[in-house]
Amino acid sequence: MTIQQVEITSDELRHLVSSRALEGETMLLNMGPQHPSTHGVLRLLLELDGETVVNCIPDVGYLHTGIEKNIEAKTYEKAETMTDRLDYLNTMGNNLAYCLAVEKLVDLDVPERARVIRVLFTELQRIASHLVWLGTHALDLAAMSVFFYCFNQRERILDIMEMCSGQRMMTTYFRPGGLWRDVPAGFEEAVRAFIDDFPRRVDDYEGLLSKNPIFLDRTKNIGVMTAEEGVAWGITGPSLRGSGLAYDLRKDEPYSGYEQYEFEVPVAKEGDVYARYWVRMQEFRQSLRIVRQALDRLPKGPFRSNNRKFVPPPRAELGTSMEAVIHHFKLWTEGFPAPKASVYVPVESPRGELGVFLEGDGGPKPYRCYWRTPSFVNLQILPKLSKNHLVADLVAIIGSIDIVLGDVDR
Amino acid sequence: MNSALQTIVQDLEKNFASKGSEFHGQASLLVPPGQIVAAAGALRDQHGFGMLAALSAVDYWPQRQPRFHAVYQFKNIPQKLRLEVRVPLDGDEPELASISEIFPNANWHERELWDMFGLHITNHPDLRRILMPEDWAGHPLRKDYPLGYEEVQFTFNFAEIEQRKPRPKE
Repeated sequence: MTIQQVEITSDELRHLVSSRALEGETMLLNMGPQHPSTHGVLRLLLELDGETVVNCIPDVGYLHTGIEKNIEAKTYEKAETMTDRLDYLNTMGNNLAYCLAVEKLVDLDVPERARVIRVLFTELQRIASHLVWLGTHALDLAAMSVFFYCFNQRERILDIMEMCSGQRMMTTYFRPGGLWRDVPAGFEEAVRAFIDDFPRRVDDYEGLLSKNPIFLDRTKNIGVMTAEEGVAWGITGPSLRGSGLAYDLRKDEPYSGYEQYEFEVPVAKEGDVYARYWVRMQEFRQSLRIVRQALDRLPKGPFRSNNRKFVPPPRAELGTSMEAVIHHFKLWTEGFPAPKASVYVPVESPRGELGVFLEGDGGPKPYRCYWRTPSFVNLQILPKLSKNHLVADLVAIIGSIDIVLGDVDR
Repeated sequence: MNSALQTIVQDLEKNFASKGSEFHGQASLLVPPGQIVAAAGALRDQHGFGMLAALSAVDYWPQRQPRFHAVYQFKNIPQKLRLEVRVPLDGDEPELASISEIFPNANWHERELWDMFGLHITNHPDLRRILMPEDWAGHPLRKDYPLGYEEVQFTFNFAEIEQRKPRPKE
């Protein structure tokens, strides 16, 4: 195999590499966009001195799908299907952020049952997302079997999601004002079977990795980030909590009733790849605690608001009520109007602060919907963290900040 | 709006010729374009807003004055405060000063503003397109940029549609 050195042809890139690169002293190497360790279509332009990273220039946008532009052309309810496609490992979380923003903009109430089910699903989704992270992260560090164990368990969560929404991943299950449907019979048993079994699986994963000397060698003191750096760079989520700052929006700015649940925010001090790994492993257990509490207190009652100006009537009413027919027709052809104002709603996604900035113009379509996605912001610190590390460590660092390219490129 | 945030908003209103407002408990501040760097510095150093949580823009076309609003979301973690700062920008090719020296993560956000809205960011260390290809023409999130769609090609009109398909410039 021959390795061909990349030439810098664009003037705009010249100032980003060191002068040694222009003299041919260091090597420029293209990594990605089709590379299994970049977790999607992330492209990195690396300047290497031997195997040491001198400069790392991320190039994103390969998965840009214009979701923000598309949302502007759809009504508030129909636009929600787009939100699943942003961070495809956190579909329920995206739905939640979007629904909360719409509800805040138009002042729509949500019944308690829907709020509890929303929390339950967001936490299950967090576990599923962390399972994908753990599997791929371990795979990058050559622990192949963990990958299979994780995906096996993730499938059980996706089955529960399919049971309720009809889809494994693109759920669109939460709707403005509540949920699409109530949970079906057998739902509680399925969730209980999962949460009773899952703790011993987490023990298994930890048994495979936490004291594994190869894993420790690859993760300890790699990609160290201090809490001050993290805040300055806008890092949020487990990546920041791995640096010793207990910043969790579920505690700081509770939404959807999170203040009623008992759980802890795991924090590690070291700020290296291992600390971020440790925090996420603890979050498995905390999320399970929340799911269990939500399941125990699941109240009876309506699963969606009865405010007919925003929520379409159930099918059964259409045969008997003229008013229901009118509401159905109006809501599905025209949609509901939102005031000329803007809201910013942040929620805690598995990767950090997921914010929705939603602006209405008095019409039935969002005037502007901006997604503050955690992966996009967290990825920015990669060049800083990977400086003077080996290429193999770069792979560990990418895994530890847990990016999803659908979330980066939108 | 709680009292701590109220004091901060009043202070900024006084020092930076700004105007505060509130919607559903969210505080928003309208800061003139010339003052944004100073205001961002004051927010970080005097008022504890250490994190730039988000940065985006809104296009109010066909309105010209202002045509754009750049929208900053600042976060004060210890005091659990959030503040939105809006900067009105006139005209079709407005300039906006970079705050990436104060908040390093503004770098990519501002590249996105240039890419998506065509706001010329001054003093930016590395102003390139970020999401669209570098040879792309236009700024997609502007309101006068059409959404676009792909026409369905059938056997009888395949060649005709193939010819007028939009492509990036040479």
